[in-house]
Amino acid sequence: MRTELNRGLAEMLKGGVIMDVVNAEQARIAEAAGACAVMALERVPSDIRRDGGVARMSDPELIIEIKQAVTIPVMAKVRIGHFVEAQILEALRIDFIDESEVLTMADDQFHIDKHKFEIPFVCGARNLGEALRRIGEGAVMIRTKGEAGTGNVVEAVRHMRTMLAEMRRVQLAPDEELMTLAKEFGAPIHLLQEVKRLGKLPVVNFAAGGLATPADAALMMQLGCDGVFVGSGIFKSSNPARRAAAIVEATTHYADKERLAHISRGLGTAMAGLEIARLETTFAERGQ
Amino acid sequence: MIVGVLSLQGAFREHLRAVQRLGHEAREVKSEKDLRGLQALILPGGESTAMGKIIERNELREPLRDFAANKPTMGTCAGAILLAKDIIGETKNYLGVLDIAVERNAYGSQLDSFVGQGTVGRLHDFPLVFIRAPLIRSVSASVEVIAKLGEDIIGVRSNNLWACTFHPEMTADTRLHALFLQHA
Repeated sequence: MRTELNRGLAEMLKGGVIMDVVNAEQARIAEAAGACAVMALERVPSDIRRDGGVARMSDPELIIEIKQAVTIPVMAKVRIGHFVEAQILEALRIDFIDESEVLTMADDQFHIDKHKFEIPFVCGARNLGEALRRIGEGAVMIRTKGEAGTGNVVEAVRHMRTMLAEMRRVQLAPDEELMTLAKEFGAPIHLLQEVKRLGKLPVVNFAAGGLATPADAALMMQLGCDGVFVGSGIFKSSNPARRAAAIVEATTHYADKERLAHISRGLGTAMAGLEIARLETTFAERGQ
Repeated sequence: MIVGVLSLQGAFREHLRAVQRLGHEAREVKSEKDLRGLQALILPGGESTAMGKIIERNELREPLRDFAANKPTMGTCAGAILLAKDIIGETKNYLGVLDIAVERNAYGSQLDSFVGQGTVGRLHDFPLVFIRAPLIRSVSASVEVIAKLGEDIIGVRSNNLWACTFHPEMTADTRLHALFLQHA
């Protein structure tokens, strides 16, 4: 029953934009722009990248402050494998936990057993195997990992295209080949069977990691994502309120090029981007 | 029958599917022109504040209000908030066509979401899925209560307008959609 309800909440977020916010003021701006949820954290990914050090779950004080500022769902991040940070967020009664590679890993071998929790979890994935392993552990929502804090959408595109190509392989495979595919992908066979039957992931699949413009959001939607996360892209731009609203608009009207042209005009400067090949740390490699 | 589903954000695909399963034509409504030729409209679950902002920016408020004032319209969860005349603790409403007062997230956070079963109008054993659900705190004399869970009002009808705080689109049970469309 919890899984059904938690998958249901993820369904309600579809077609929407989930925005990273670091204080109540930003949360209010995000809500006013039409965000369908906010992700409460202490530093946006581009700052985590710049400052280095260990990135952990945010101070509960900050999360409570953000929760009180908005009526939309509030999400927050825990380190991969840090089930006690997850217990704390559950006790704070927020709406969703992101077990996230953007924070420093707490366990370099194992993810959280998400079935043990009442609260829903979203996890990042770069390919189908990773997505199905996370769903097998109890995640009710998947997002591409992309490469957070770069303002560069290339990794999110790669991860989405990889998942789509692998799902096509599963759909075309005869039943007797599924076990071998399960071995190849490192994914539970029953979830491969479900993917074959549904023609898509059994949970909602959002885009995340490097989205910075309305066009980026529409690109990911046209590729087949159910909605988008925008992290540093909004509050590291020159006009956050305007850019946030434009990204919301582009996510709704993702297939309407005339509208996208209109929406994209005069938004000010987008966040400065980073070349993936020059990065010292790639978050996407964390937790596979 | 041609039935529109407001498709700005939220669980609109589930409603489109339910309408199709009942043998009707289902259309996504994203702008004013999409309302033309519709015989009925469904406002889905999702985030009402997000939908409300998009409605405002796309100048959809008046067209939707005109439609809902005259033609069969059903709002589920966030959709019920969009229809309501009063939103408790707030001075503004969205379409304001249905004379009820609703309270957002009345049960709490996602951890307070729940499923139940109950009677909706003449539909027995109807599955009730509540996800960060609102609550209908009061209704005017012209509004008929069609579903309650304990003391809580969870479903209402007023002439052409239907609203519920649960999600009929989240289960395979299409009886409420069928009942609404029978009256359309």
